[in-house]
Amino acid sequence: MTDFFNLAKEYVPELFRAAFQYTLPLTIISFALGLFFAVGTALIRSARLPQNEWAAAALQIVKGIAAFYVWLFRSTPLIVQLFIVFYGLPNAHIALFQSAWISAITVFSLNTGAYASESIRAAISSVPDVQKEAAQSLGMTGSQVYWNVVLPQAARISIPPLSNSLIGLLKDTSLASVITIVEMFYLSQQIAATNYKVLSMYILVALVYAFFTSILAIGQHYLEQYTSRFAQ
Amino acid sequence: MITVKNLTKAYRDKKALNDISVTFPAGKTTAIVGPSGSGKSTLLHSLNLLTRPTAGSMTVDDIAVDFSQEIARSKVLEVRKQFGMVFQEKALFTHLTVLKNLTEGPIKVRKMSKAAAEEKANALLQEFNMTELANRYPYQLSGGQQQRVAILRALAMDPKYLLLDEPTSALDPELEAQVLRVLKKLAESETSMIVVTHNMTFAQKVADQIVFIDDGQLAFQGSTQDFFSSSEKRIEQFLGAMSF
Repeated sequence: MTDFFNLAKEYVPELFRAAFQYTLPLTIISFALGLFFAVGTALIRSARLPQNEWAAAALQIVKGIAAFYVWLFRSTPLIVQLFIVFYGLPNAHIALFQSAWISAITVFSLNTGAYASESIRAAISSVPDVQKEAAQSLGMTGSQVYWNVVLPQAARISIPPLSNSLIGLLKDTSLASVITIVEMFYLSQQIAATNYKVLSMYILVALVYAFFTSILAIGQHYLEQYTSRFAQ
Repeated sequence: MITVKNLTKAYRDKKALNDISVTFPAGKTTAIVGPSGSGKSTLLHSLNLLTRPTAGSMTVDDIAVDFSQEIARSKVLEVRKQFGMVFQEKALFTHLTVLKNLTEGPIKVRKMSKAAAEEKANALLQEFNMTELANRYPYQLSGGQQQRVAILRALAMDPKYLLLDEPTSALDPELEAQVLRVLKKLAESETSMIVVTHNMTFAQKVADQIVFIDDGQLAFQGSTQDFFSSSEKRIEQFLGAMSF
């Protein structure tokens, strides 16, 4: 046991440095972008078709693209997506970049966006129609109805599933190790390879992941408390 | 005055409203009555275009709308600004306090300053003895309070016409009375109101005009007195079914 504590004392600072240098930035940037994709996709997929036939046809096509995007990223493994973008595309000379960082952020954000869009879509459709009608009856435009009434109410409902996505993403950034990013998990592998304390090192890195995800879970708790001030 | 001509709302296999021609005078209270599912709510929702009729036309004061054509977005918004609407229930914005429910429309739609909108909202709350509710959220209100706040939210927009869709049908009798007293007060101050209601006592006491919709058809339009003393079979049947 003292062995483990000594190991922890020695390597936790290094693991934290890797967390702050790679794991957390990857998580935060990818989640922010992912949220942006998710809201856009959810809005498109829950939009009603306009009366105008041409506008309706155009929207139908955009809806198709949005549905395809969600299907694509949910139906294939994250690690395969990383390999395709980082190794596959450059090999076929169709990549505009060959940066592990950009590849990782691209894949993580699109992947999270696909899952989160379903959470947000469900939250949007759970806002009662009469809330929208009330906003419309005040003379609000379609976008005003969404920004002022539907999205604020949907945001509260989507906090638990979105927290799931965020926590999942933080752990999934460990997969960035397969595309050469020396994030927290990759670092622990490298250390274990040199000091042979394999079990202890992996337990240590697991605890560091648990530390950060627990902070997120606590944050979720307070966010839920704050936003539930207007609900029973 | 609102003049509706030959309004029809057809769904694929049935007509919810068929060839309705009716007028709603300004400064008066009109009660729209009829059996459940007869189309009275659809008629009310057609006036501020929350429902789009499939044929017919209407004029709201000097704004003309042709239902058989696509209605421009700007015209839809213009029409809606003429109306305030109160729904059956649960239509207050749940994420906003009472005060913010009252200022949301004036600030976002009428582009009033926050201070001016709040001043107006507070004046309304004071006039209707509800100042103590200003900072509560809708879930903290009784059903009757919610509906009275909903009425004020509509009034805060200075609508020319107030539309009410069964505003008391979800309430217990004593809460219903609170809301009806507010409506009576508004009727006495010559607010133009169009109320869909099941409450015949209220209709008889407060309405100047009755519009009776039966199975998607206009079955009667006329004074309240004429309606309740009518010997027409359909009206007698309806009123008979409402009493016990």
